[in-house]
Amino acid sequence: VGEPEVWLLLIAAAVVTYASRLLGVIFAGRLAATGPLLDWVACVAYALLAGLVARMLLIPIGPLAATTMPERLAGVAAALLVFFLVRRNVLLGVLAGTATLALLA
Amino acid sequence: VKTSPFARGIRESIGAPILVLGASYVGFGSLVRSSELPLVQGLFSTLSAWALPGQVAVVELWAVGAGWLAIATAVWLTNLRLMPMVMALLPGLRRPGVPRWRYWAAAHLIAVTSWVIAMRRTPQMPVEERLPYFFGLALALWGASLTGTAIGFFLAGTVPTEVSLGLVFLNPIYFLLILMPGDLRDRQQIIALTVGAVLGPLFHLASRDWGLLLTGLVAGTIGWLGGRWLEARRG
Repeated sequence: VGEPEVWLLLIAAAVVTYASRLLGVIFAGRLAATGPLLDWVACVAYALLAGLVARMLLIPIGPLAATTMPERLAGVAAALLVFFLVRRNVLLGVLAGTATLALLA
Repeated sequence: VKTSPFARGIRESIGAPILVLGASYVGFGSLVRSSELPLVQGLFSTLSAWALPGQVAVVELWAVGAGWLAIATAVWLTNLRLMPMVMALLPGLRRPGVPRWRYWAAAHLIAVTSWVIAMRRTPQMPVEERLPYFFGLALALWGASLTGTAIGFFLAGTVPTEVSLGLVFLNPIYFLLILMPGDLRDRQQIIALTVGAVLGPLFHLASRDWGLLLTGLVAGTIGWLGGRWLEARRG
């Protein structure tokens, strides 16, 4: 059933993760369904996601750290190319990107 | 036959969202196995946290022997993005008469995939259909994530390294593609995404802990102001 220390860690991770979502619910209570403030919050959320994805691709941690920057960039380029050529087909784009990285690495 | 919004939410998830997110979690499941953690702990993580970058951070940092305060801080800062995500989506799903706990439950199911899809689809729906649609979509994705975690755990070690590497790459590539703006008129969003993608890695190099948060605030504000300025100029 695993080490107690890891259980504590996973519970702590769940608590801090839900805390962010809960704060979101609380602050959302004061936000109107449309308006400039909501637009700003959405912009911050999109910027956070873009920053996170760019960081995951350019400065990866874990197994991807063993691949080189040109290998990952080739994967990104293949994914974007196929995605836009095949009428924004996410599945084919993702397949092209991961296959490119898997073949190069 | 008119289907319920809940069923339409489930149907929305079928195809790329379920396959890619499920496969991303196959990557997580095999990471759990290779870090010598049991399956229950992997499943608990997917069930209770359900935000892949943070889950990966926990397992990887634990595997390299990081202290648990350091791990909790890293997860907290990685997942702080969920706060503005919930704030941006929930007001649109809300309507009078719905018990509060449903929003608390919905918030737990807000993660990148469900959020991006719901942000695009729900504004075009009647208000009363939005929340059930979101639950259908997100519960299906959550289920696929749990299934993926288990499959990955059992497959770990049996697949070639290239495949497991591809599975880890899947997640950021998928996020990248679904974040590609569909509507070029949404200038605020496009600027925020572009500036965020540039600043994200730079700010991360400056500060591993606070870089992401700063990226959101700076790039988000630039996108918001820039979009408003462009709108005003067009008159």
